[in-house]
Amino acid sequence: MHPILAQLRRLLFYLLGWIPLAGMLAYLLAVPGGLTWIEATAVAFPLCLLYAFVCLAAWYPCLATPLERSSVPRFLFTHGVGAVVASALWLLAARTLGRMLAGFEGFAGLDSRLSGDLPLLFGTGVLLYLLAVGFHYVLLAVEASRQAEARLLQASLLARDAELRALKAQVNPHFLFNSLNSISALTASDPAKAREMCVLLGDFLRRTLGLGEKPAIPLEEEISLIHAFLAVEKIRYGDRLKMEETIDREALSAEVPPLLLQPLVENAVAHGIANLVGGGWIRLAAGRHDGLLDITIENQFDPEAPPRRRSGVGLANVRQRLEARYGNHASFSASATGDRFRVAISLPADTTAAQASAPQDSKERVS
Amino acid sequence: MTTADGRKIRTIIVDDEDLARQVLREFLSAHPEIDVVAECANGFEAVKAATELKPDLVFLDIQMPKLDGFEVLELLGSGMAVIFVTAYDTFAIRAFEVHAVDYLLKPIGAPRFEAALERAKERLSGKLPSTPLPAMDLAAAARPPQQYLDRIPVRDGASVSIIPVSKLDYAEAQDDYVALASQGKKHLKQQTISSLEAALDPSRFLRIHRSYIVNLERVARIEPYGKDSFVAVLNTGAQIPVSRAGHARLRAFLDR
Repeated sequence: MHPILAQLRRLLFYLLGWIPLAGMLAYLLAVPGGLTWIEATAVAFPLCLLYAFVCLAAWYPCLATPLERSSVPRFLFTHGVGAVVASALWLLAARTLGRMLAGFEGFAGLDSRLSGDLPLLFGTGVLLYLLAVGFHYVLLAVEASRQAEARLLQASLLARDAELRALKAQVNPHFLFNSLNSISALTASDPAKAREMCVLLGDFLRRTLGLGEKPAIPLEEEISLIHAFLAVEKIRYGDRLKMEETIDREALSAEVPPLLLQPLVENAVAHGIANLVGGGWIRLAAGRHDGLLDITIENQFDPEAPPRRRSGVGLANVRQRLEARYGNHASFSASATGDRFRVAISLPADTTAAQASAPQDSKERVS
Repeated sequence: MTTADGRKIRTIIVDDEDLARQVLREFLSAHPEIDVVAECANGFEAVKAATELKPDLVFLDIQMPKLDGFEVLELLGSGMAVIFVTAYDTFAIRAFEVHAVDYLLKPIGAPRFEAALERAKERLSGKLPSTPLPAMDLAAAARPPQQYLDRIPVRDGASVSIIPVSKLDYAEAQDDYVALASQGKKHLKQQTISSLEAALDPSRFLRIHRSYIVNLERVARIEPYGKDSFVAVLNTGAQIPVSRAGHARLRAFLDR
């Protein structure tokens, strides 16, 4: 459907736009054309009304000849032919109109006088048609940018969806299965320890419940969640798992999306510690600098470990969540050097609810 | 009930978590016919113990340090009954493709464990056909579908070395074995050259001769050698014969 014919309001504005053009045509017919002003006006306005609709047809050749993908000869040919055909139709209409008006009193002989102006009319018709072509290309560009905007909106909605899905899938079921298996082992050998592990596991699960609905939690709460998680893993891995923390006091109150760091620590255990025969360390550090909260999680790993499934999914999730929420105000990097894997995150350090609006003064960073 | 010749069933438990081994040990302690001869915490230990102790039955975790359960099985061949034990249900199909006796999911329940042990005993006493697979088929089946090898575990006696495929210069067929040339050494592995060829990424490795696969990154030049035959000279200095069909394949690859 033609975008101008689709709405009555647009059509009215379009036709209003033709009034000055009709005035110009009347001037051309009267001054160089030699008609009287009344005659010129009586011819110009109906002709322009008609031509306004003829020129709307330029939409279709414009649609079929997109600027960025058409060759110059094709472009010139399409619109040249269009202009000649439209203008010829217009001449035909002008002659018919001249003949009709000639029958009225005061317009006698208009048809013969008008036929002298036909070359002038033809030239004007071609120019007006080409003007319409230009106008339609602008219209197409506006339409395209509106669609791009809609797609962008769609994409940000999808990102939001991805975040929700990520949150729901956060607690890895295999962590649960393995923990339950450990509890099962302890029931025979060390019932008190089995009970302790049940309590720790329950504690961790309770903390994760309902976190998904909150937009952000203080870093302190996220860290205590990580402690609950590691307390369970510590029973499974024993001395193999060592955790070191360097957290600045002022970083603790900064807000982070819930369950942002826990999957990273879980990754560090599953892809790092679990593959090391003698175990290894995980180091968590957090600090606040220039309105930004900087967090790093480092762990040892075996570069020659057997390839694991699903590796990288957790990291990609965290990266996407940061991107969806903070755009380029947050950064994420993951790198392996030697036997160390390091994830560094930097995000705006809001102490109130950290929402999509990031502080204006924060530095732009490329992740 | 014991093995066919009346001795105890020699069993190895492989899992990197102490508590996971403990569950199996506890379940097995109720069966006097079972003799747990070793417990291993990673893939290397498992290969070493199984090579030295020749067990009848192995409980094998899948995700472990050094070598995963499938790689362990590939190196050991199919001379014993294997029960996989893991928290992941996603490996089940592969496990049965490599002819595991059973596949136990953690946490392990006693009834399910007993059923698996029963199956293993039947397999060992010959009631269940074990359909021993040639090692090469095992290796091919142990590889996840649609994925090329990125490392090749090789066993030399009880010790294991791992060759990343990027360090593999070429492979040469030698009867039932392939010799893998890597970093100046040759490693023998019981596998056919065809199954190795199928497991390697065809955009990086090419079969240039009935008996040779070459790492394309290592080829320095091709030289004529006698009447219509060629040799590939690697940048390690090694010279490898190129058959006529191999030369055509090489040309097709280079022209691409």
